[in-house]
Amino acid sequence: MTRGPRWTLKVDPIRCQAHGLCAELLPEVVDLDEWGYPLLPGEVPPLLLSEARAAAAGCPTLALRLVHTD
Amino acid sequence: MSQALWYASRATGLVSLLLVTATTVLGLLGASRVATASWPRFVVAGLHRNLSLLTVAFLAVHISTAVIDPYAGIKWLDAVLPFTSSYQPIWLGLGAVALDLMIAITVTSLLRTRMSHRAWRIVHLTSYALWPIVVIHGLGNGGTDRHQAWILALYALCFLAVAAAGLLRLRATHPDTELRNVNVARWR
Repeated sequence: MTRGPRWTLKVDPIRCQAHGLCAELLPEVVDLDEWGYPLLPGEVPPLLLSEARAAAAGCPTLALRLVHTD
Repeated sequence: MSQALWYASRATGLVSLLLVTATTVLGLLGASRVATASWPRFVVAGLHRNLSLLTVAFLAVHISTAVIDPYAGIKWLDAVLPFTSSYQPIWLGLGAVALDLMIAITVTSLLRTRMSHRAWRIVHLTSYALWPIVVIHGLGNGGTDRHQAWILALYALCFLAVAAAGLLRLRATHPDTELRNVNVARWR
């Protein structure tokens, strides 16, 4: 079985205003720090890719981006 | 038959008012960061989005029935080009302004992830003008409807809902916002 591209979530720390929707939409991956800003893991599991896409699109300030790292 | 079209237009117009009001209130609640355990942020945001799309559907019926009905002689162009209608140019014109704003807000929101966030936000801020324009269009154009107590009560209810959510928005504060304001003041 061949591996597809790896995907990670990246947050733009200047755009992010700690709305916290990412943690609601993708609680398996996104934790919030004590001020409500997201703490992101290295890699998004392939099974959660569509949820990660929804979390990125659901960010009120578009601070979250799903990028692939080969 | 022509009566049926006219009634359909008035009814869908009234439903559109309720939907626009609900969408506006939900938008204000979202921007105020309102959330509870049973109404998390993504529920408010999702409902805001879906009700706005439902509004578009009701508006399509509201406008097309008004145009198709021959009684008032409203043309398709009157729906998008403000203040050109021969029937109620002011009140109908405000409806056309509202429709144009609504199209701009909806299209930019559907393209939100593909466009500049700043540009999206500027367009989306015009929804603060949209709601009052819709209300004035409805009250001015409502013909005999506005003399009925329950219709007026509905408008009053809509006003109270938006006013309450607006107050909440004005009073809402968050450490992130305050910090950004402090920094702006320092560098100016």
